[in-house]
Amino acid sequence: MTDEKRLTEAEKQEADYFARRMTEGGLTRPTAGAVAEPSKPPTLFDVQEMELNFGPQHPSTHGVLRLVLKVDGEKIISARPDIGYLHRGTEKLFETETYPMGIPHTDRMDYVAAATNNHAFCLTVEKLLGVEIPRRAQLVRVILDELQRLSSHLVWLGTSGIDLGAVTPFWYAFREREQILDFFEEYCGARLTLNCMRIGGLPFDLTPGWVARLLEFVDDLPSRINEYEELLTDNRIWKRRTVDVGVISAEECIEYGLTGPILRGSGVAWDLRRAVPYECYDELDFVIPTRQNGDTYDRYIVRVQEMRQSARIIRQCLDRLEEGEIRGKVPRVIKPPAEEVYASIESPKGELGFYCVSNGSNRPYRMHCRPPSFINLQALPRLAKGHLISDLVALIGTIDIVLGEVDR
Amino acid sequence: MADETTPPPSPEASAPPAAEAKKEAPKKVEAADASAHPWVESIRAAVPEAVLSAKEFVRQITVTVAREKIRDVARHLKDREDFRYCVDVTAVDWKQRKPRFEVVYHFYSFSKNDRIRIKCGVDEGEEVPSIATLYLAANWPERETYDMFGIRFAGHPDLQRILTWEGFHGHPLRKDFPVEGIDTGAAIYPEEWPEGGGPSPNDPNRKVVS
Repeated sequence: MTDEKRLTEAEKQEADYFARRMTEGGLTRPTAGAVAEPSKPPTLFDVQEMELNFGPQHPSTHGVLRLVLKVDGEKIISARPDIGYLHRGTEKLFETETYPMGIPHTDRMDYVAAATNNHAFCLTVEKLLGVEIPRRAQLVRVILDELQRLSSHLVWLGTSGIDLGAVTPFWYAFREREQILDFFEEYCGARLTLNCMRIGGLPFDLTPGWVARLLEFVDDLPSRINEYEELLTDNRIWKRRTVDVGVISAEECIEYGLTGPILRGSGVAWDLRRAVPYECYDELDFVIPTRQNGDTYDRYIVRVQEMRQSARIIRQCLDRLEEGEIRGKVPRVIKPPAEEVYASIESPKGELGFYCVSNGSNRPYRMHCRPPSFINLQALPRLAKGHLISDLVALIGTIDIVLGEVDR
Repeated sequence: MADETTPPPSPEASAPPAAEAKKEAPKKVEAADASAHPWVESIRAAVPEAVLSAKEFVRQITVTVAREKIRDVARHLKDREDFRYCVDVTAVDWKQRKPRFEVVYHFYSFSKNDRIRIKCGVDEGEEVPSIATLYLAANWPERETYDMFGIRFAGHPDLQRILTWEGFHGHPLRKDFPVEGIDTGAAIYPEEWPEGGGPSPNDPNRKVVS
């Protein structure tokens, strides 16, 4: 489970000590040959392979994910995700309502990152309409996106810490998340289901004092991120639970369609904000953090670094913010040409895309969502194979799924 | 490895043309014929009689191919044209058209930093060759398409319902499936309801559970 090279001397000694204690105390697992003697009938405990239901109500599944595991002792032979418990037919609902009425439905997909969902939906319809977004709206959209990325990563940090027994980071992470939700509440009145973007721009302008307070928060953020890192980055327990758990190579990531921090944790510096820039990301200065090992620890580092970059992006946008229009020239009744379009953005979880088919009426003929969580969850059986059940909890955390988005 | 997959850090390849296209015609954007596009030519040369039509809209290439050839086209795109990342597989139900469904694939190339959309028509009862063994990413999206539209993918390793439960009747994203939902009794007591859905939407005694 652990790589010798990446452990410090003290950690190696500790590992040796535990290994010795396990052997001396007779706690090593008997080998396969020694278990079943032909003379006595096999009992329940002799069975080498058993099926175990994990979820859908297990707290570490972050919602209603059910996994059917085949285990040999603690070791996972295979895992089969069973999803759909939260399926609400969002794509069907899009077809029955006008374009602007679709935006609130997107809030309920990835409910810890509603702003990015709104953004992807609006971007798709705007691309179909060919609308130009005013500069101020672009900047505020980027600010909202990055705030949402911060809050989503903070939820991830807190909850996956709890999954692995680190309860303290949760309180620190949710302290800052609370402040971010306050910013959202002040901007649009909602904290989770934001509905904070409109086709062609934004619903509201910023409230007085918002920018100054946000600047203060963003300036303070790097020191807060240092606090999380102090708790986790060099934490011996955290490292032993995450280093070399769920390793996946860059080629496999692409093969499985994994995007977002998982792909970047495996060494591919691919980010839609840089690769296919939307809004004003092409003029902003930020780094795409990458790591080479592709394990759970590296994905943790990538997400923490992304939070630092988000703070940088927000500060740059706040510096560039100027007075102006917040909505482009959009007709009152939105009737896009009978065409089809795909647009995607970098959500906190990966590539979030919408594929919209219009038939010229005021409702989408077909609106399909390409949810990053759904596609990323596909790789869980591959990641979990051969690991222990307790590592599975770390792996569900590291993929960063939101079941509202998986099931839609 | 990292160098190979990292897209060239030159935004001039993608950003300015999009802006140009917008400035040219902010109101009227129309699809153009794209049969002369190099990717389309390449597919045509590699898989004869595959390309039926090709169009370009807001710099997005859409190629309609023959249903039987979709696997060959996907293999060609993956191996020769470097479209290694299968973004998505979905379908559209054109109720009045013949063939009724359109299966839509999106592929992305890291070296080209661009997407291509491949479509193929499929009628009810027909099967589409599965690309799930070619692109592992297409596994669940194909299952979802089967679940939502009832389009069967030939050669898929595990073609089961994914979002609705086993034993559910009907395919929710078909245009003739009621938005209010069907009586879930159809799934729980299938012997009471005919195959292929709950009671008819015109039935006054229909119980709606949604």
